[in-house]
Amino acid sequence: MTTTAFRTITPELESLATEPYYQPVAAEVALFEAAAQKRLPVLLKGPTGCGKTRFVEYMAWKLKRPLVTVACHDDLTTADLVGRYLIIGDETIWLDGPLTAAVRAGAICYLDEIVEARKDTTVVIHPLADSRRALAVDKRGELIPAPPGFMLVISYNPGYQSVLKEIKPSTRQRFVALEFDYPHAEVETQIVATEGGIDADTAKKLVKLGELTRNLKGAGLDEGASTRLLVHAAQLIGAGMAPGVASTAAVARALTDDPDMTQTLDDLVRAVF
Amino acid sequence: MAERKLFADELAEILDAFLFASPSHRSIERLAEMLEPLPRRQQEFVLRVSRGAAKTNTEIAYLIATLSIDALGRLDEKAFEDWVIAGLDVFDKKGLRAAVETLRDIDGFLAMREGRLHASFAEVEQRLARFVLGLSGRPLAIKSGAYPWTDTETIFLPERLAYFATAEENRRFYQGLAVQLWAQTRYGTFNVDLEEVLAAWPEPIERGQALIWLAHLEAVRLAACVARDLPGLGVLLAGLCGAWPTELQPAIAELQAADADIACTLRWLEHFMAAGAVPPVPTFVGRLEPRIAGRVRAERIQRDTETVKKAIGALKGAGGTRNAPPNDFSAALNQETGEIEVRIDGQAVKLPDDARAAAQSLLQDLGQVPPEALSPAGAAPWTPDDRPKPDAPLMSGTRPPDFRYDEWDYHRNAYRRDWCHVYVTDVKPGEGAFVSATKVRYAPFIHQLKRRFEAVRGEDRILGRQPEGEDIDLDALVEAVNDRKSGAEPSSRLFCRRVRNERSLAAMFMIDMSGSTKGWVNDAEREALVMLCEALEKLGDAYAIYGFSGWTRTRCDIYRIKGFTDAYDEAVRARIDGIEAKDYTRMGVAIRHLSHLLNAQPARHKLLVTLSDGRPDDFGDEYRGTYGVEDTRRALQEAREQGIRSYCITIDRQGADYLKHMMGPASYTVLDDVKKLPLKVADIYRKLTA
Repeated sequence: MTTTAFRTITPELESLATEPYYQPVAAEVALFEAAAQKRLPVLLKGPTGCGKTRFVEYMAWKLKRPLVTVACHDDLTTADLVGRYLIIGDETIWLDGPLTAAVRAGAICYLDEIVEARKDTTVVIHPLADSRRALAVDKRGELIPAPPGFMLVISYNPGYQSVLKEIKPSTRQRFVALEFDYPHAEVETQIVATEGGIDADTAKKLVKLGELTRNLKGAGLDEGASTRLLVHAAQLIGAGMAPGVASTAAVARALTDDPDMTQTLDDLVRAVF
Repeated sequence: MAERKLFADELAEILDAFLFASPSHRSIERLAEMLEPLPRRQQEFVLRVSRGAAKTNTEIAYLIATLSIDALGRLDEKAFEDWVIAGLDVFDKKGLRAAVETLRDIDGFLAMREGRLHASFAEVEQRLARFVLGLSGRPLAIKSGAYPWTDTETIFLPERLAYFATAEENRRFYQGLAVQLWAQTRYGTFNVDLEEVLAAWPEPIERGQALIWLAHLEAVRLAACVARDLPGLGVLLAGLCGAWPTELQPAIAELQAADADIACTLRWLEHFMAAGAVPPVPTFVGRLEPRIAGRVRAERIQRDTETVKKAIGALKGAGGTRNAPPNDFSAALNQETGEIEVRIDGQAVKLPDDARAAAQSLLQDLGQVPPEALSPAGAAPWTPDDRPKPDAPLMSGTRPPDFRYDEWDYHRNAYRRDWCHVYVTDVKPGEGAFVSATKVRYAPFIHQLKRRFEAVRGEDRILGRQPEGEDIDLDALVEAVNDRKSGAEPSSRLFCRRVRNERSLAAMFMIDMSGSTKGWVNDAEREALVMLCEALEKLGDAYAIYGFSGWTRTRCDIYRIKGFTDAYDEAVRARIDGIEAKDYTRMGVAIRHLSHLLNAQPARHKLLVTLSDGRPDDFGDEYRGTYGVEDTRRALQEAREQGIRSYCITIDRQGADYLKHMMGPASYTVLDDVKKLPLKVADIYRKLTA
């Protein structure tokens, strides 16, 4: 069997045209650039909504490389990443999966929430994440060497509490790890104000609310309000909603279903606004 | 009978007939005179009702008659009767004194009757506790007390509040009081030695006045602080207390300034006291107990300072034992972020979470981190909490231990070999009534749990590329077609098949049977186990339940409640029933033994869940404090190396302080209410293994 027997479709990848808003918190931009320069894969860890995805978008823009994002889930198979044969009419074609497309284009491939993917799936990224830097496409008998531009980025949230979902040491030890957390109050205020298009004073209140909910982590809440939730609230406020209503919908209700906890969060919203 | 009013002497005669047994019956004539002006109809009514009450208690009947004038003015006859019945009810349940109080509180009765309820501490406790935790970010407990005050670690609030007309307003009043008291701890009321200040007025009356002034002045200052940081709460406080008493007017502008601190309050305190002004009547403001608050605060500062010191010491590599020469080491507070930044040879190093929390707590108390906290700890070992313990009866080993385990000594940075002696016994079976009672009590919830667990188990997986199955695997088929086209031999595995997801999970539940669980922690643990077993039976995971307790290293008891091979039968249920509070909590050795048992299980995933009510502890000073936490942490690490995941469910509200270090992040849950334990454990397990 030869690989040229079938037509191959590779999705076109384009670089980001506009600069995504990202507010650096520590040395993460320089670290990422250094890793990119040395062709090292990167692991981003941190709570949900703290800016991991936005950071990758920003870096892709900064490095002028296309970005392929895959949100991993428990039914994600190797074929979903690498590609599969399709039959269209009488013709058989090969459709590159997102990972293959990224490798061919020398793009950044971002596998979001990697622990959600099935264990066997993660093995396919191993050769890409060490010095081999190649993707084996078994079904085509093809080994695609990654061009210099290709970069693998994965993320996971260490706060997830399932025994069955843990990142294997053999996977994690191939990556440079960058730890993310919610930014400090001033930086977060700036982010919330800019993203939501609201004044600094209201943004400060939202950040205060975020801080109060994070105090409750482990005492009824699995996670406090993420920066993303605060930005959502800010955007609602920017769209003309009253701050209290916006925060209740975007923050309090989004965090929990527990009636007691909802009450407490409502109290906190009222405390701030 | 005619409509003529009864005269006092006539009334007295009638009253005497049923009140003669009352200790107050001597004043019956006065009572009769009081009733004389009433219309005949009302006179008859009062006589009838109090005669009825006299059958229960003559003193109450007398009181009803005395209060009847007031009551008739405010209650119609139906309400009057209900008021009496409410009083008699209380008498039946709580006795004379409470009944008298209830009857006297006609306002309270009216409020209740009109649906305008008072608010009680019990109904707001949980909500306020979470709220205050959210505000403060460090443990600040809420308890009921005679009057509102705080010792800076606990906020005390009255059992009942009926200051406002509606229950909702009174609940807000609770919230307002809690906020005010939290603000005392947050905005530096106790940042100066108030006792020293108050020493200027040694006379009890003067001191009392000074305290009331102080409380008011601080209330003004703190309300402004709160309003600046939390505008919503500012509005709440302003709404609750209304305008400040006029006596305070001269001070208000200064106290509300953004830079006003406790010194400003004290200046005004001296001003008012020097002028001999009478303080306003305390209504909305909480009381101050500077002596207790000062002591508690000083203890906390010392504790937090030590924690930060130790953490920095550990980072520096001195570990609190050696005095390594500093090779470009710095620890300083970043004023902007409020975080302590530690740099070793130019590299920023993160402080552990407990130390960060301690530093935040210091910032709240002092507005800064004391310089001595930023210098690494010296050699002196420090124990956080040395409660006195009752003397231990001597344990003589009647048989050799079943197992011996090493224990980690963090002082030495080495194991103590075969240090702990483990004895394994079965829990003495109870009667089994507890289990069936729990099953009845939680029947709807158990039903719900079972269904949820069934849903977990019911998760099917589709296996592709099977030689046979209920559906065609399109991927495989496409490949086969391609293979055939290109001349290769197509695979015959073209089907997919549904299979039940194989969980392959073994769980060990480790139950704290230490003395501190006595009472309803123990009840909650047992209830939790019953519900857990009921739910787990549906799931089919292998599970075992063991209790642990002990008395020093030579007597570490492990109690079997359910082994992995035991079925959930009568014997197991009786043993659950028989779980009782024993002695101490030497956790490390229990983890080592139970992970040894867990390790023998063939399952792919292994999980060790601990139910506990506090930090590791044992008789004597050795295990308490850091030693126990470090040994437990080590034991958990060992378990982890064997592929065992651990999780801790605790009801220790202080748990967040040490659990993150001991268990690792995302490996524990702190329940704020022991009552939630039965409802939560099974749910947490389901989430953990989903």
